[in-house]
Amino acid sequence: MTESTLLLIEVGALLLGLGMLARLANRLGISPIPLYLAAGLACGDGGFVPLTASTEFFETGSEIGVILLLGMLGLEYTATELVTSLRQSRTAGLIDAALNALPGAAFALLMGWGPIAAVAVAGITWVSSSGVIAKVLRDLKRLGNRETPTILSILVIEDLAMAFYLPILSALVLGAGIVAGATALVVAVAVVLVILYLALRHGRVISAIFAPNHPESLLLGVLGLTMLVAGLAQQVNVSAAVGAFLVGIALSGQVAKNAQQVLSPLRDLFAAVFFVFFGLVTNPADIVPVIVPAAVLALVTMATKVYTGYRAAAAAGFGVPARWRTGFTLTPRGEFSIVIAGLAVSAGLEPQLAPLATAYVLITVLAGPLLARLPEALWFRRMLRRRATGTAGAVIAR
Amino acid sequence: MSVRVERVDLPGIGTRHDVITSAGRRIGVVSHRTGERELAIFDLDDPDSAADSIDLSDSEASALADILGASVMLGQLLGIQEQAGGLATEQLVLPTSSPYAGGVLGDTKARTRTSTSIVAIVRGTVVIPSPTPMTPLQAGDTIIAVGTRSGLDSLAQLLNSGPG
Repeated sequence: MTESTLLLIEVGALLLGLGMLARLANRLGISPIPLYLAAGLACGDGGFVPLTASTEFFETGSEIGVILLLGMLGLEYTATELVTSLRQSRTAGLIDAALNALPGAAFALLMGWGPIAAVAVAGITWVSSSGVIAKVLRDLKRLGNRETPTILSILVIEDLAMAFYLPILSALVLGAGIVAGATALVVAVAVVLVILYLALRHGRVISAIFAPNHPESLLLGVLGLTMLVAGLAQQVNVSAAVGAFLVGIALSGQVAKNAQQVLSPLRDLFAAVFFVFFGLVTNPADIVPVIVPAAVLALVTMATKVYTGYRAAAAAGFGVPARWRTGFTLTPRGEFSIVIAGLAVSAGLEPQLAPLATAYVLITVLAGPLLARLPEALWFRRMLRRRATGTAGAVIAR
Repeated sequence: MSVRVERVDLPGIGTRHDVITSAGRRIGVVSHRTGERELAIFDLDDPDSAADSIDLSDSEASALADILGASVMLGQLLGIQEQAGGLATEQLVLPTSSPYAGGVLGDTKARTRTSTSIVAIVRGTVVIPSPTPMTPLQAGDTIIAVGTRSGLDSLAQLLNSGPG
């Protein structure tokens, strides 16, 4: 059997399996991300089915996957939404960053992984998964809820913050040191501001180079521009993912809407490849020793996330049930945590980081959507009501 | 009478418009950027939460808007009843057996024969305000007429069984 035949067989079999897993996930009403990761773990390094010919394909595919994940995320937001969210939920965003990133950093230091790994783990525990949360909100019919804009703007701020965080991390993991890290940050800030300015003031000009009603040229053109900018961004150490995100933001109007439609099947394919590849390069045997630390980390950072959401919803003036809903909904971590871990691992940082991130994401992404349902449980509502009447009673007694 | 309408952005999804009724209930319409629409009814006990939400297609949303619009219009028309003394407003349904079903409004010569004025015709969810003599009539149309009590009675007679 030639190399290319083997490639077809391996990729085909794996994709077929992923298709079945995605169907199962849909049936169970959960995100397919944990199943993709598990599939990756089961194959490849230390798994049951070692892959030989297709590793390179999955490696390249996973890079395109990251670019598409971020590019599509950028397409979902308009520049105006980013600016408004930033203005309205700045405080919530800062509290979110402090409460969720610091436990991750402290954890890495306690594990003795050094300061650079601490920055990476901080990012892993900080960012909630916009993809999983948007799906949870839709599934639980909560898009109409009043606290939903609060949840979404925290996600927007986290995603935007990644545009500054990822360049710093990529500079740090390359061993560039503080000066290069600072330069990367300055470059990133400048680039993000320029793109935001262009998108806000001249969004039509950038979009004008594409014909929104010609799917073929739109697909090739937008994908090309996204990969080109991602590559250029990588070249100047500003992380390919961030470049893709910014292209997504810069496109607007009908072009953005139609590009989302033509690119989403590609995104689904390559994002699946990305999660599988991360599982492939992680040896399942390495997960066993980090399961307990990962569970502790997940428990702590899910609690801090709940607190963050509770506080943000309280500050926005919502009632107690809405505060709990906001908190619990924000708990799942997902694609970004894996992107960050991938960045750290590819640079050869702490070998235990990949299994830790895998276990951590698996736990939060499975527990998060279940927790999000908690405020609807009868006993939970009853408990809230009892507490509410309890305090009211105390006021009267006084 | 101003109505409180709130507009909220849902980053990455679309917008939500809420109408808050004078009784304090909240109804929300989520407009997805993809064009889907959702109608959300808010909970009484927990005013931040949508107790239920209903997905609406384009045509369903426009049918709902029509019904609401038509019933508001009817309400306003019927309001005349209280304002003008001696005049009454009545809704008459054109029966299948009517000689005018399938014809035009001019055929009835209602104004000359009964001294009443037909101010609107409601057909299903569509309101035809100020119909002309050329406006077609169909069995099942609701005819809204203004006139004296006796004039309206003879109009009902006319629509049912023709003149004389």
